[in-house]
Amino acid sequence: MAAHSKTHNPALLHHFATEEQQRNSASFGMWIFLATEVMFFGGLFCAYLIYRRWYFGDFAAASTSIDALLGGTNTAVLICSSLTVVLAIWAAQTARRGLMLVMLVLTMIFGATFLGIKGIEYKDKFVEHHVPGASFNFDHEEIPGHPGQYANPHHAQIFFALYFVMTGLHALHMIIGLGIFTWLLWAAWKGRFTPNYHTPLEIGGLYWHFVDIVWIYLFPLLYLIDRHP
Amino acid sequence: MTYFGVWAALLVGTLLTYEVAKIDLGVFNSAVALIIATTKALLVALFFMHLKGASEKLLKLVVLSTIFFLILLMALAMFDYGTRWYS
Repeated sequence: MAAHSKTHNPALLHHFATEEQQRNSASFGMWIFLATEVMFFGGLFCAYLIYRRWYFGDFAAASTSIDALLGGTNTAVLICSSLTVVLAIWAAQTARRGLMLVMLVLTMIFGATFLGIKGIEYKDKFVEHHVPGASFNFDHEEIPGHPGQYANPHHAQIFFALYFVMTGLHALHMIIGLGIFTWLLWAAWKGRFTPNYHTPLEIGGLYWHFVDIVWIYLFPLLYLIDRHP
Repeated sequence: MTYFGVWAALLVGTLLTYEVAKIDLGVFNSAVALIIATTKALLVALFFMHLKGASEKLLKLVVLSTIFFLILLMALAMFDYGTRWYS
């Protein structure tokens, strides 16, 4: 009973026995949440696989119309943001408050850059009438490697529907991530995180890295189908 | 620091997947893309998400069962659609 005396560690919540147990419970809960997220995105990846097998040529033609350089740049931007996240956690562990704040701000700048580049990409698709709907137009687009053969616009529309749903859902996760990091930055500014207690940083970091991993798969699958001449 | 090494490897992997997509490897294009993506995902999970060195067996169980159910979802769907003829 002495463990819950009035002088207990302020960072330790009452229902945990030790700080280690508290940390493990938090990350365990986050990993379970990420498991549900994997299945959430998994359904979309599965739909993508099935349609890609059926309409490979049409998917290749549609994929080639997206700017792969923008997508590749965004991949690099997200990888850099993942590095700044782990550096922020390392800074918290070693009591470097200034470095932690800088790394959190950098993470948010990278995240915003990603969304900005994504916006340019979406704008291009709107201008080209590649957004599924009434004004969708994908006529006379050649299938890569098959001169004179044109993609079926209905099948290409399925690709673009998957493209917008998958990257849109990913972008939504990025926006939520930016919200989480705004809070983390505020808490770090207030001095809430110490070498002994920085669990929110680690949990937020797990989420950010997961969103990065989703993009690592989205990039080759959506942008790089049949790119060779 | 390991973090910078992993970061550099991830950037090299991104460049590699971008460049290799321009070479015609036939059916192996998608295989190579998926192998590179999975290697990158493993690097992020093991080093950035600190799965390497995680001591809890329960956590490993969650990660492995996630991968198992994802493969189950994909594989069973693909067996079905891959072996049936739809007109």
